[in-house]
Amino acid sequence: MASYSCDLLIVGGGGAGLRASIAAAEARPDLDVAVVSKVYPMRSHTVAAEGGAAAVIKSTDSLEAHAYDTVSGADWLCDQDVVEAFVDEAPREMVQLEHWGCPWSREPDGTVAVRPFGGMKVSRTWFAADKTGFHMLHSLFQTSLKYKSVKRYDEWFVSRLLVDDGRCAGVVAVEIATGEVHSILAKAVILCTGGCGKIFPFTTNANIKNGDGMALAYRAGAPLKDMEFVQYHPTGLPATGILITEATRAEGGWLVNKDGYRYLQDYALGTPEPKPVHRTMELGPRDRLSQAFIKEQERGRTLEGPYGHYVNLDIRHIGETVIDKKLPFVRELCLKYANLDPVHEVIPVRPVVHYIMGGVHTDIHGATPIAGLYAAGEAACVSLNGANRLGSNSLTECLVFGARAGRAAAEYVDGAPAPGAAVEAQASDEERRLRSLMDKTDGTERIADLRSEMQSTMEESAGIYRSGDSLAAGAETLGRLRQHARHLKLEDRSRTFNTEFISALELDYMLELAEIILRSGEQRTESRGAHQRTDFPARDDDNFLAHSLAYRNDDGSVRIEYSPVTITKWPPGARVYGKQ
Amino acid sequence: MAETIRLEVSRYRPEVESEPTLQSYEVPYNKDWVILDALNYVKNQIDGSVTFRWSCRMGVCGSCGMMANGEPKLTCAVPLTDYDPTQPIRIEPLQFFPVVRDLVIDMSSFLEKLSNVKPWIIRDDVEATEAVEFRQTPVELDAYKQFSMCINCMICYSACPVIGLEPEFTGPAAIALAQRYNLDSRDKGKEERMDALDAHEGLWGCTFVGECTKVCPKNVDPAGAIQLYKMGSATDYLKSMLLPWGTK
Repeated sequence: MASYSCDLLIVGGGGAGLRASIAAAEARPDLDVAVVSKVYPMRSHTVAAEGGAAAVIKSTDSLEAHAYDTVSGADWLCDQDVVEAFVDEAPREMVQLEHWGCPWSREPDGTVAVRPFGGMKVSRTWFAADKTGFHMLHSLFQTSLKYKSVKRYDEWFVSRLLVDDGRCAGVVAVEIATGEVHSILAKAVILCTGGCGKIFPFTTNANIKNGDGMALAYRAGAPLKDMEFVQYHPTGLPATGILITEATRAEGGWLVNKDGYRYLQDYALGTPEPKPVHRTMELGPRDRLSQAFIKEQERGRTLEGPYGHYVNLDIRHIGETVIDKKLPFVRELCLKYANLDPVHEVIPVRPVVHYIMGGVHTDIHGATPIAGLYAAGEAACVSLNGANRLGSNSLTECLVFGARAGRAAAEYVDGAPAPGAAVEAQASDEERRLRSLMDKTDGTERIADLRSEMQSTMEESAGIYRSGDSLAAGAETLGRLRQHARHLKLEDRSRTFNTEFISALELDYMLELAEIILRSGEQRTESRGAHQRTDFPARDDDNFLAHSLAYRNDDGSVRIEYSPVTITKWPPGARVYGKQ
Repeated sequence: MAETIRLEVSRYRPEVESEPTLQSYEVPYNKDWVILDALNYVKNQIDGSVTFRWSCRMGVCGSCGMMANGEPKLTCAVPLTDYDPTQPIRIEPLQFFPVVRDLVIDMSSFLEKLSNVKPWIIRDDVEATEAVEFRQTPVELDAYKQFSMCINCMICYSACPVIGLEPEFTGPAAIALAQRYNLDSRDKGKEERMDALDAHEGLWGCTFVGECTKVCPKNVDPAGAIQLYKMGSATDYLKSMLLPWGTK
């Protein structure tokens, strides 16, 4: 077992992780910064974000307006001090990325162009056609290459956080290419590993989105916050779950039912106009649109195909010129993966798991309750997004809070003591655990079978609408699956690039997180944002204007506690869409 | 019985075999599947040891490039129906790269090449303009936009006859990305970047067969980037002959 060391280690090389690494390298060029990622950074799932990134830049906009949209979109479950810091720092971060070369779409005068987005009452979403995440990630990655103090461990999989005396002191990781187990000691660690959409069967998320950082933090003793809030994006392609960006609707697309009727008008989202109207109809928030789909399905007004119920997204009237200029990727995806041309045909879509509002509990600087452990991006829950994230806030979140965590961690390492002897013992323990799993020959359960049963269980029990019964039944099934997962059948006996072994570790993470989602959902006996309980249909501010915090008990069971929401300027109110 | 198709998959475990061998798997000929789906069917249902990279399954992360019947392909972007089900599809790792395992190549050389061309905005006045964006008109954006679409999938390297002969060649994607910055109106680092390019062998071996451009799944034109580079370099060379005090 080799041991490496650095001052500051970032786990994950997507938008948040790369931004954190650059922030740390700029704040403290003397520090050894390292990025460890299970894929090459440019493969990270930030790459798949399409629509844009929100930040106030135009004179018609205001920080106050961006904050209010975010707070009301979040159904008041966000921390308003976090929201204020976010909207305030967002423009600077976006301009910074512009200076780093991001090819933002432009107005004729050369200023940055913005588009409308769901739940936003002013156009403030910066975009690079409909490949915004791709361009942001590659701009960040290519820029990061100029910082020589940043070392990368590409294709290393982190299996454990080393924590000694309440301080995070590094990680144990598998070098995938060789199967060797190593420790990377660090005075501070930032988790930027993204979300966990692969817990669900039908998701826009890539194969790598297994909640690694969330599970690592949870097992190390940090709480996971607001994990019951899972976002369904209203428009995914039915066969694959490939995302059709909200920007289609921002550019004027309509959602229609089997009769060609713009059904959102029946669900308190305003009245249809030919042109897109902010915070209205197709530009309502994602939670409301996905819920409207289910109601429409219950009324028998959706269509049914080989991959279940769907509605149609019609962008034909936008015209080929605008589609090719502003939505070229949508056209490419439809042609390649749905065998249709959206210039001439409607696009079948249905809600699809897209994002988790919950994550590793952090403060406004990205610090978790464990000293030296930070988190940012989708892996974290800094409480920007509350019960429902607005589209185009998450890419900006990666920048603002990635940078904040990078700076805070760089500052922290100065006072941090060197890792103690206990860390070495923990690392050896972890190596033994991994070796015994690698060498296991008596298993009977196929990884793929358990994974797909977990996924279908989650869809049935914790979908767009849940109930106490469905969540409890799901938890029972999961308990059984976790028993079975102790007897995984591993067929790959090679140490070299053993992806089956990595999948086994990922499944283990996901099973734990799945249970936390269900338990957090069970205890929140109200409906708010993306958490809709059929048995408790109303929002309950008296009891649940509070963050859930899931802790791991010593026996492995989940304990849920609550902490108050921070309110600064906007007392809880009704979420009103469709009239301004 | 439902229609099936045979995949002949290159298998190679360096600790056991000295040479790759082909292993055959029968998979459903599902008309909604891409090649990658068929490989995942093998991995999930038949043989958990088959090894390949993949992630987004929507043609943007660039992980899943492989040879299919001898042609470099992004396997998540190629439908099974492009192939005749009565004939097997031969799946091999991208050529001209060292193979780590099965279908996984060692692409670390590309990461070095990419770093060497300095793929970042170079200018020294950023402090003064920190608060506002640089202006860039849509026309200026269009000048480099297509070169910024590279997903680093390595398919152009696998199609490049020069890389086959001279692995040190900077190669199509890295040169396209160098040009992506050279042509960006915000950038002032062209000369610095050109020096880096000049320092490496092979560029002049490119014969403009344009295979890189033909195979690019994202319609980037690396051959065009290389041509632009050669023209730029040739002009610099001529200038330095005619104007001995230099070109600046």
